[in-house]
Amino acid sequence: MDILLQQIINGLVLGSMYALVALGYTMVYGIINLINFAHGEVLMVGALTSWTVIGLMQDATPWAPGWLILLLSMLIACVVAGTLNFVIEKVAYRPLRNSPKLAPLITAIGMSILLQTLAMILWKPNYKSYPTLLPSTPIHVGGALITPTQILILGLTALSLAVLMWLVHATKLGRAMRATSENPRVAALMGVQPDRVISATFVIGAVLAAIAGVMWAANYGTVQHSMGFLPGLKAFTAAVFGGIGNLGGAVVGGLLLGLIESIGAGYIGDLTGGVLGSNYADIFAFIVLIVVLTLRPSGLLGERVADRA
Amino acid sequence: MKAQHRLTAILLAAAGLLIMPLILQGFGNAWVRIADMALLYVLLALGLNIVVGYAGLLDLGYVAFFAIGAYMFGLLASPHLSDTFAALAAAFPHGLHTPLWLALPLGAALAGFFGVLLGAPTLRLRGDYLAIVTLGFGEIIRVFLNNLDQPVNLTNGPKGLGQIDSIKVFGLDLGKKLSVGGFELASVTLYYYLFLLLVVVSVIICHRLELSRIGRAWMAIREDETAAKSMGINTRNLKLLAFGMGATFGGVSGAMFAAFQGFISPESFSLMESVMIVAMVVLGGIGHLPGVILGAVLLAALPEVLRYVAGPLQAMTGGRLDASILRQLLIALAMISIMLLRPHGLWPAPTHGKSLRKKGSHS
Repeated sequence: MDILLQQIINGLVLGSMYALVALGYTMVYGIINLINFAHGEVLMVGALTSWTVIGLMQDATPWAPGWLILLLSMLIACVVAGTLNFVIEKVAYRPLRNSPKLAPLITAIGMSILLQTLAMILWKPNYKSYPTLLPSTPIHVGGALITPTQILILGLTALSLAVLMWLVHATKLGRAMRATSENPRVAALMGVQPDRVISATFVIGAVLAAIAGVMWAANYGTVQHSMGFLPGLKAFTAAVFGGIGNLGGAVVGGLLLGLIESIGAGYIGDLTGGVLGSNYADIFAFIVLIVVLTLRPSGLLGERVADRA
Repeated sequence: MKAQHRLTAILLAAAGLLIMPLILQGFGNAWVRIADMALLYVLLALGLNIVVGYAGLLDLGYVAFFAIGAYMFGLLASPHLSDTFAALAAAFPHGLHTPLWLALPLGAALAGFFGVLLGAPTLRLRGDYLAIVTLGFGEIIRVFLNNLDQPVNLTNGPKGLGQIDSIKVFGLDLGKKLSVGGFELASVTLYYYLFLLLVVVSVIICHRLELSRIGRAWMAIREDETAAKSMGINTRNLKLLAFGMGATFGGVSGAMFAAFQGFISPESFSLMESVMIVAMVVLGGIGHLPGVILGAVLLAALPEVLRYVAGPLQAMTGGRLDASILRQLLIALAMISIMLLRPHGLWPAPTHGKSLRKKGSHS
């Protein structure tokens, strides 16, 4: 029972990071139908930026409390990631707005390789340990353990989601975003500037990814130039799982994926009598995904959209 | 006149392709090896082009079929299985050396079978949903290859399979060099001719497919599945056929790869590999055979050539940028700039009969 509770906590923590990244994928997809392959790299840049800022601050202002350093570094990471994604969209995707559908996919893949390489040059290829800035003594919750970092992750995810929902459903920008995703041409006729809305979407997605990146680094304690790949892949899976283009779907998909992975990894050994070990955890998500998509071809919460060839 | 020009061009190209390895051989076998790998990638890209280019099904897990072909051949023609299973060792005291004419079709058939197996549950999926499922399938295959060394050691896990037999056709062992009248042909050069032959056969198959009833049906599905269906095209069977055919090409390339390298491990079949094959097809000109070949040669050979060119550049920058980083940087920049400058690919298919597309709204 305690183990189950522990796995659930771990799953929720993992899932909420997936959810944050998945939101970026799903927002971009909803608005311009593009799989932004470079999204995981934005997460990586966020995490590495915050690592640099923390290093600088620990030297310059040793008196500052850990949480303050973490918060400030996260803010700077958000700004850097937001700017980066703004530039990426402008340079690599905007000129291809009316091109064949696979063209921006290839530039996105190119961007992903480019960012990884640049990060490798800038930050050197070695693994860097990410300093522990929050108290590391775990708290007991009904037999299971949860660290302050994990609590922060859960809290921050909830907060980001609340802000995002408010932004999308209660502001003018949000209305413009929803209108653009429904039909960019008609939205433009109504006075919405699709280009600006798309830029804003990329910036928001990047900020969420940067938050997730800093959390990921704080939770696992290492950063490196290739760290964006796995969260990016899993978050993309989560976005499709929930129904790509659907914000609620991304959150549900992310959390479910986190839970499936964590509980699956915990129990797969017992279930199969030790034949399959926890090293199969990574494919658990994909198997569930394939099953779900076979039964519901447009994801858990996805609507049945008419085919737009 | 025109046909005559065309014939001359083809003959010149053929002569060039036949002589090339002999010249490259003079500079060292490593250069011929690059050409060999480029040809293998052309084979892979041609196979993927059937799925992505003709039928319009985005497959991000294509490398899985390459892996299946490679492992099938590797298991049938290496000492691994007879080392692991005592019963097999008793039956084949000299180790398992399945002849090519059995191992290759088996590898191709297994890959094709898996292609249909993957295709079946994904028939209802469209566009990017399909992309993620195929991607997941590729990862599943790779993880299994990585972990099936226990409870029964089937794939030897991350250590991979070694001592795979080289290809022997009609008493000729491509793994050993051959002397013809005092002139020596290196093993890599022999493989070059084999791969070239395979590429030529594949191009002919693909070209005939493109013009056939099946090819036209695939393209109809690509342009508009609903319309294709209403025209009486059996979309289910044709999509499965596309998956199966594409996968078979992958399986054959995989078997060739295993025999050529003599060693395979799950590392060679990563997601990045799938992504690169898709990039080859799209970069060259999706659905257009010369374009696909150009894209594959470019993306396969360029990095290898850069590896040699990057040395001086590295010295110029004082060793700050090492060759592999530089190579990656240039590939990424090439991918982005080619797509920005030529969104339809380097050598796109001529667009005829697509005037409706321009007027209609696109999403």
